[in-house]
Amino acid sequence: MKQSGAQIIWECLVREGVDTVFGYPGGAILPAYDAMLGYPIRHVLVRHEQSAAHMADGYARASGRVGVVVATSGPGATNLVTGLATAMMDSSPVVAITGQVGSALLGTDAFQEVDITGITLPITKHNYLVTRAADVAPALREAFAVARSGRPGPVLVDITKDAQQGLAELDWEGAVPSRHLRHIPPFPDEKELAAAAELINAAHRPLILAGHGIQLSGARAEVLSFAERGDVPFAITLLGLGAVPATHPLSLGMMGMHGEAWVNHAIQEADLLLAFGMRFDDRVTGKLREYAPNAKKIHIDIDPSEINKIVPVDLALGGDLKAVLEALLPLVQVADRSAWLDRIRSWKGDSAVRDIKNLPDEGHLYAAHVMNDLWRLTKGGAVVVSDVGQHQMWEAQYYHHDAERSLITSGGAGTMGFALPAAIGAKLARPDAEDWVVAGDGGFQMTFAELITTVQEQVKVNIAVINNGYLGMVRQWQELFYEGRYAATPILSPDFVKLAEAFGIPGIRVQRRGEVAEAVARAREAQGTVLVEFRVEQEDSVYPMVPAGAALHEMIRRPAPSAIAETGSDPV
Amino acid sequence: MSHVLVVYTDDEPGVLTRVASLFRRRGFNIHSLTVGPTERERVSRMTIVVDADEILARRAVEHLRKLVNVLEVQQLDRARKVVRDLALVRVKAGPEIRSRVLELVQVFRANVVDIAEDSLVIECTGNLEKIEALVEMLRPYGILEVGRTGAVALARGSRAGARRTLATVPGTDGPQTMSV
Ligand SMILES: Cc1cc2nc3c(=O)[nH]c(=O)nc-3n(C[C@H](O)[C@H](O)[C@H](O)COP(=O)(O)OP(=O)(O)OC[C@H]3O[C@@H](n4cnc5c(N)ncnc54)[C@H](O)[C@@H]3O)c2cc1C
Ligand SMILES: Cc1ncc(C[n+]2csc(CCOP(=O)(O)OP(=O)(O)O)c2C)c(N)n1
Ligand SMILES: [Mg+2]
Repeated sequence: MKQSGAQIIWECLVREGVDTVFGYPGGAILPAYDAMLGYPIRHVLVRHEQSAAHMADGYARASGRVGVVVATSGPGATNLVTGLATAMMDSSPVVAITGQVGSALLGTDAFQEVDITGITLPITKHNYLVTRAADVAPALREAFAVARSGRPGPVLVDITKDAQQGLAELDWEGAVPSRHLRHIPPFPDEKELAAAAELINAAHRPLILAGHGIQLSGARAEVLSFAERGDVPFAITLLGLGAVPATHPLSLGMMGMHGEAWVNHAIQEADLLLAFGMRFDDRVTGKLREYAPNAKKIHIDIDPSEINKIVPVDLALGGDLKAVLEALLPLVQVADRSAWLDRIRSWKGDSAVRDIKNLPDEGHLYAAHVMNDLWRLTKGGAVVVSDVGQHQMWEAQYYHHDAERSLITSGGAGTMGFALPAAIGAKLARPDAEDWVVAGDGGFQMTFAELITTVQEQVKVNIAVINNGYLGMVRQWQELFYEGRYAATPILSPDFVKLAEAFGIPGIRVQRRGEVAEAVARAREAQGTVLVEFRVEQEDSVYPMVPAGAALHEMIRRPAPSAIAETGSDPV
Repeated sequence: MSHVLVVYTDDEPGVLTRVASLFRRRGFNIHSLTVGPTERERVSRMTIVVDADEILARRAVEHLRKLVNVLEVQQLDRARKVVRDLALVRVKAGPEIRSRVLELVQVFRANVVDIAEDSLVIECTGNLEKIEALVEMLRPYGILEVGRTGAVALARGSRAGARRTLATVPGTDGPQTMSV
């Protein structure tokens, strides 16, 4: 039986296990939308296609399944660009389906024609221009395989209007993809594994750098077995948070620019670094020439192009982390490294914990306190979707993530406006989870139109807007590195409580620490989305901070509390 | 330092763009890139000469391998390879100097492929040095136009291209009609 290309699109999505898509209709994708009604797939209508891409991304990160976004040609497609770049940077499996003008019009600057496959070439793992109905299934099937295999990432399938309208036989079996299997890196051989084990067993001060690849590989258990067996502590990247439990006795916390001081000290003093599915982002390494000068380095990564890209390593084990660790584990000797662990613990007194304790909370509301309270009040059990800026770093420092996929944030691209839409996607992927958006006043204003999407779609997300009246992260840089000239960083916000009301959702304003618990409780109890605005200290900064270009141990520390607060209780 | 990469790809529209875009985006310097069909249907072969140190060249290889359309990438050994360039040179050759130009053509084992009243078109195949030497020798006579192909390369010995790998890689035939 012949079907239209449009029908074949949905047939394929159903077969790929897709239950939800995020999108926005338009002329070139109309045939697909028209066919959609006949299929058991939920469509979430967004207010901007960028948000749809973030939703698909959030859906993918919350569940590990491929997120799907649909948009029309021209501006619909170009609006996806930021969302696809965000997914690409953080290895998130997303399939974008865009409508395109009829194939006869391609290249003629037709109405709403945009070369979206050309535009998205560097920000997708792969993309397709489909001009015949018969090619829809092979392209989509391969797109899903490419998106989810190896190092995951976004794939775009651009389908001309005539390919949607044309008829073809759906040959599902004939469309089985295989090109994504072309370049599976060879699994490490016994010699390489033995060499790695030798380095590990001989190390006195080893340290695991736990990255996002642990989550993507599903290697939590193997990483923990490895750490426990060898008594090896682990430091975590921003995107690795949650992949391994923060409160594990061997967990040190986040590394890097805004990582814990003792973690960065540990990296600088280690004699062996074990990079598990992390890519040495510049926010993680600081000045490269002085990065971990005493350490040998072993890098386990599924993407061979990551090896020696930033940090030259002594040994690379290519492959899926879980599989590599399974092979490596039997070679790792049970060890006691308490001398090293004690040494790290001795640095812990000098820490962010001290910083937060020292913040006076009378009459002041500090974002760090809000995050720490949120962690306690939700018993660490929420899925937090953070935006980009200071609040994102405070969240990472003070909300301790034990559960897998419990932090969703834009790390590599640092895309403001990500949080609210990504949280909607995350909630739809895992409806039973409690979701919290943590966004700044700046980033929230980029995509808050999606508030109404939570109402129309009856999706409950709890929202914490950390309002400091500034594009705070940029203001912090201006304070520290541009002599306090606040060019274009003070930002006015609407009355968030009234704004919430206009969208038909409750809005709560919190100005004192004493009000935090009740507001959080009210939000949690409510049926639908609730917006809580936290009016926090305006010129607070995130510490510690490794300035751009400085070595990891050259951190700027929080100045004495008196310097940032005129009144308040005594420091603890 | 230059490295010679041989890249087998699907013969699809847009593959060249993907490869070129990768080199541009990652900041790899292409010295030359040639592309043509192979002994296998629907498989193209590119010879890419990159200016890069060893580490960068390896990275280029790994990045190329991530392209869905790429079947195989080989980095040709520094010594064990045959590299050839083709040049077509139109040079002034009036009656008074023609014999001297023809002598050069013989010495370089080049060919004359077109003759006009006061000029010749010379075809020369060889490695980079040979071609550049010929061009230098011809320069005093007056070069009117040069067209060059860039390098095409094969490994020496009996290694038969990518055939072995192609046979063992499942599904080298992807969807054919679409792609950018
Ligand atoms: C304002 C701001 C501040 C930031 N500050 C910090 C900071 O202080 N500290 C910090 O850590 N980050 C910080 N970041 C985030 C940073 O930019 C990077 O996004 C982050 O460090 C990347 O973490 P990652 O390498 O673990 O994850 P990714 O970038 O997602 O890399 C994952 C790696 O795992 C590999 N991989 C994937 N799947 C597998 C598998 N199955 N098996 C093996 N390997 C696999 C991939 O190939 C890749 O190399 C900040 C971001 C922002 C926006
Ligand atoms: C789309 C986008 N534009 C600009 C930036 C640069 N930037 C990074 S953090 C930041 C400030 C964020 O302000 P806000 O959302 O209020 O959060 P805060 O830092 O105050 O917590 C800016 C402008 C960005 N990351 N993303
Ligand atoms: Mg702000």
